[in-house]
Amino acid sequence: MNSPLDAVALFQIGPVPITQAILTTWGIMAVLLLGAFALTRRLTLTPGRRQAALELIVTTMDTQIRETTGAEPAPYRGFIGTLFLFILVANWSSLIPGLDPPTAQLETDAALAVLVFLSVIWFGVQGGGVAGYLRSFASPNVVMIPLNMLESVTRVFSMFVRLFGNVMSGVFVIGIVASLAGLLVPIPLMALDLLTGLVQAYIFAVLAMVFISATVEDGTPKSQKET
Amino acid sequence: MDYLPLASIVCAAFAVAFGAIGPALAEGRAVAAAMDAIARQPEAANTISRTLFVGLAMIETTAIYCLVIALLLLFANPLLG
Repeated sequence: MNSPLDAVALFQIGPVPITQAILTTWGIMAVLLLGAFALTRRLTLTPGRRQAALELIVTTMDTQIRETTGAEPAPYRGFIGTLFLFILVANWSSLIPGLDPPTAQLETDAALAVLVFLSVIWFGVQGGGVAGYLRSFASPNVVMIPLNMLESVTRVFSMFVRLFGNVMSGVFVIGIVASLAGLLVPIPLMALDLLTGLVQAYIFAVLAMVFISATVEDGTPKSQKET
Repeated sequence: MDYLPLASIVCAAFAVAFGAIGPALAEGRAVAAAMDAIARQPEAANTISRTLFVGLAMIETTAIYCLVIALLLLFANPLLG
């Protein structure tokens, strides 16, 4: 059985080995990009069927962001929404026969986690300035600075191991069952995988949102908080 | 005789076996509490089940960590070179 931890290169472009996960990732990116582009060309004030569905998606995300953190969703909608949609489509791409979800590779998840790590810094600096971002480490008090610094790395690490472990274990179990029992037996497991994929995408997005809003909140001076 | 591969395999099995106990108990308690809450307040079922799913996935993560460790031991063991 192949190790789930290393990827097999399909071919090489110059010095860069191209794996199946890279191809799938770029495919998903193209689909999302073209889909978003095509669906938002003709937006009208009275929505048609397509636009109503789009608006439903966006408002659902907005409600989730507001409910989980209490922050105004506008600045975060783009990043969190894209994160959620990408991971969701990536997790569900295993439905296409012959494709493994790119999130079952450690590298994809690590890249997503690095994005979250950087975005926490970005939004933290935007929300409270550089001083505000640095101040967020000293919350609730100065003694916590080393722990907070450690936490900012470990929480992102645990996030990507969580996503990787969940998706990879699903793929792995289906592989084992399919090799033992034949064609139709893994179908209930695949259905369970769909649920796991959805929940994991949701959790990844919500956790990213919670980290960002916590940093922004800790960074704002107390005098501004009350107004 | 080289004991490292043997020890790795045994440890991988133990990691998954014992790592699954805690999350299993915890998930049982979480689901039971959620059932109780839904029975008391059926109108809050949506919020409760959403929080339940997130919580379950969080709890499950501890078991997943054990699985990742086990797979590391089996497939990418740094000690075996």
